[in-house]
Amino acid sequence: MNRYRSIWTSIGEAVGCQIVQNNFELPCNAILGNLDAISPGGATRFINELNRCFALEATANPRLTLQDLSSISARVGLNQWFDPERWLSYKIANTVEGSFAIATSLAALVRAMYGRARKVLVLDLDNTLWGGVIGDDGPDKIVLGRETPIAEAYTAFQEYCLSLRQRGVLLAVCSKNDEAVAKQGFAHPDSVLKLEHFSAFKANWEPKHENILAIAQELNLGVDSFVFVDDNPAERAIVEAQIPSVAVPDVGNEVAKYASIIEVQRYFELLSLGKEDLTRAKLYEQNAQRAHLEQRFANYGEYLDSLEMTAEIGAFNATYMERIAQLTNKSNQFNLTTRRYTLAEIESTVNDGRHIGIYGKLADRFGDNGLISVVLGSVQGLELHLDLWLMSCRVPKREMEIAMLDGLVERAKERNIELVIGYYLPTAKNGMVANHYEKLGFTLTSKDEATGATTWSLDIKTYADRSRHIRILERVHGQPVA
Amino acid sequence: MDSLLPEVQEIFRAVFDQPGLIITRESNASTVDDWDSLTHINLVTAIEKSFKIKFALGELQELKNVGDLLDLAQTKMAAK
Repeated sequence: MNRYRSIWTSIGEAVGCQIVQNNFELPCNAILGNLDAISPGGATRFINELNRCFALEATANPRLTLQDLSSISARVGLNQWFDPERWLSYKIANTVEGSFAIATSLAALVRAMYGRARKVLVLDLDNTLWGGVIGDDGPDKIVLGRETPIAEAYTAFQEYCLSLRQRGVLLAVCSKNDEAVAKQGFAHPDSVLKLEHFSAFKANWEPKHENILAIAQELNLGVDSFVFVDDNPAERAIVEAQIPSVAVPDVGNEVAKYASIIEVQRYFELLSLGKEDLTRAKLYEQNAQRAHLEQRFANYGEYLDSLEMTAEIGAFNATYMERIAQLTNKSNQFNLTTRRYTLAEIESTVNDGRHIGIYGKLADRFGDNGLISVVLGSVQGLELHLDLWLMSCRVPKREMEIAMLDGLVERAKERNIELVIGYYLPTAKNGMVANHYEKLGFTLTSKDEATGATTWSLDIKTYADRSRHIRILERVHGQPVA
Repeated sequence: MDSLLPEVQEIFRAVFDQPGLIITRESNASTVDDWDSLTHINLVTAIEKSFKIKFALGELQELKNVGDLLDLAQTKMAAK
């Protein structure tokens, strides 16, 4: 283990990157038979012990990501995994199928590191979540429960979907049905999934791809984070053709196989299981309540006041480093520069004395949104250049950006900064912040006609705090206290 | 004997990502650009997959050019 630890440390010091470490598949030959897993001299026992140590290391070291080759090889089957001819000829230990399984897993890990893992599972209803057609057969006659093998299979698939939701994947319904009738299905006594488990619910007669786009808008998430599951090949084909970025696995029409077909693709890979993941679905539920409240106020400012928002704005610190790095990789829409940072890169901005980095947490009467905004600037003489300004799209239009500007200017003035320079680098997704700096009173200083990139500046010598609707927690010893 | 050549040429074009590549019986690793150890593995794997054959250990060492490869593949397919 010490050897591996020193390798990881050296890589960390030399490159400062995220490390993907394979654990080991079990040996192709168990020389001692069953005893191989038990005897102190058994290779199987040795590999099992080593893998357990790797897992403990990866839990303790956020820069170490484990690729679970042991499970990947087991799923393929060890006899289909090892290829002695490829090993002897090319020193490639595994079969083409094995290499393919590794590539699928590695691609999923890299996607997860860059925040491109999928986030939403969109489900059809009839013959997907239950057997039969609810509109024809009636809510009492749908196939669900424990009475027959097929009913059990639908129940098992619902349980699979629910377990995904519990680890942070949002569920949505997209079904050609009458809405009232469709909803009755979830009142079925054997339905594991209940209406409250769905973050969006579209049951109507519009084309499915249009409904999926509507769901994306409602959840404020890109369709490239969607997976669509439908037993009907015609529906799958039209969604695939109309919105190519939606993942549409060919699940066939046998419910017993849906889950394993979805699993193979590793759509929802995650690097760590944080509090965020476990409560994500709840946060979206609270958003729906907020939207409902918004409709009751004539004046938007009055609505913001009614939310009773409080923000904590603080300098980057060890507690939040991981979440900050995660946000830089996940935020695509409210992100002015879309620069991605590894944990190590974020950590280095704290100690080099050349950066001002602040985070913002926002709570309101419906719940705590957690850490949702990050601004990072580099100090160059009397100027502060903003390398990064991003916010989670969970909290748009709450004037949190104004509170963040107040917090930033306060700290910039402490460093004798006079001018703040902002950059907007357009991407396919961040159009919503094209006017961000303009709205905050910055002056346009240059525009690249080819790329659309803009540069902005704000003189802060006479800047006064502007936030009106958010109560900012006081700072003590540089850090906020409640 | 060269009935496999057009199909093998397509495999070469795909593996080497050279759509205009022309392969003859005399082609070998020194006459085709980028034919290195890794593309060689991809090539062998692709040929095994598309003709549903498996080369035995050592068989490939004997081959001098694409012509030899075609003959070996042909023999293996006939033996099935």
